[in-house]
Amino acid sequence: MLTIHCPNCGVTAEETEFHAHGEAHLKRFGPGSSEDDFESYLFMRKNPKGVHFERWRHQYGCGKWFHVARCTTTLEIFGSYSAQTTEPPKEIINHIENRRPDWNATEAPK
Amino acid sequence: MSDPVTALKGLKNTGGFASISEVGPTGMITLRGDLSAKPVIKAAVAASGVTMPEQGRIGSEGNHAMAWMSPDELLILCAYGDVHDRLAALNKKLSGQHTLAVNVSDARAMFRVRGAHAREVIAKVAPVDMHPDAFTPGMFRRTRFAQVPAAFWMPEPDVVQVICFRSVARYMYDLLGMAAQSRSEVGYFRR
Repeated sequence: MLTIHCPNCGVTAEETEFHAHGEAHLKRFGPGSSEDDFESYLFMRKNPKGVHFERWRHQYGCGKWFHVARCTTTLEIFGSYSAQTTEPPKEIINHIENRRPDWNATEAPK
Repeated sequence: MSDPVTALKGLKNTGGFASISEVGPTGMITLRGDLSAKPVIKAAVAASGVTMPEQGRIGSEGNHAMAWMSPDELLILCAYGDVHDRLAALNKKLSGQHTLAVNVSDARAMFRVRGAHAREVIAKVAPVDMHPDAFTPGMFRRTRFAQVPAAFWMPEPDVVQVICFRSVARYMYDLLGMAAQSRSEVGYFRR
């Protein structure tokens, strides 16, 4: 069971109050893009063993979206942050680097 | 005009260790907009007669209350008969602002859980820390009660007030009644 913090309403609750919505920081390729780009945008998702950046929604609470960085193997939560960003904030990256020294920050979405 | 009727017509269950009763018709206005904008705050305060609640809290004054629902949503509670006037006044004050105010009085159901172990009823069905130090009167929490969304607060010690959608009123009533079955209290929050 994950214990997740919602940065929008300040509530910390267990995961059944939230809903996960998959990989975060995807770059959209819409009409006019190449078929390869469109396919990867639509279907190709990372499935890492370790650090993962995800979109979550506080669906039984304030109803707002936010981002969560967590580890898919240990279920450790590194932190949650605003949805209004295209890349993880510096504090989150620093925290992950402290907790996972062998993790390469260049793997973080940009 | 026809008389307002609540979903369960004021059902009451006093058989358990906490009493569950449906609260009669209550006026509710949902206000969405930029809660940091001064005109919005002013209009909300004027319409509710209560000071602006902080994040995750509810303010009340007599039978009026205003709850913080989300970063862009407030819930104003008042007498059922006052809703139309208050809503009209609110909309007039908010003209020109990018906001939305709607009368949701008949879209919701409200319950009152009363008893020395009222906290336990909630703790059994919602993923919320109900310890007296963690959840205090004045806090307002939107969450999940078993399978349905709900919001609750404690207007006074030993009383919990629950708001849910009208369509799940029967489910909520049965759920709270089951959680409050007599001799099923755990005594976890005993002070």
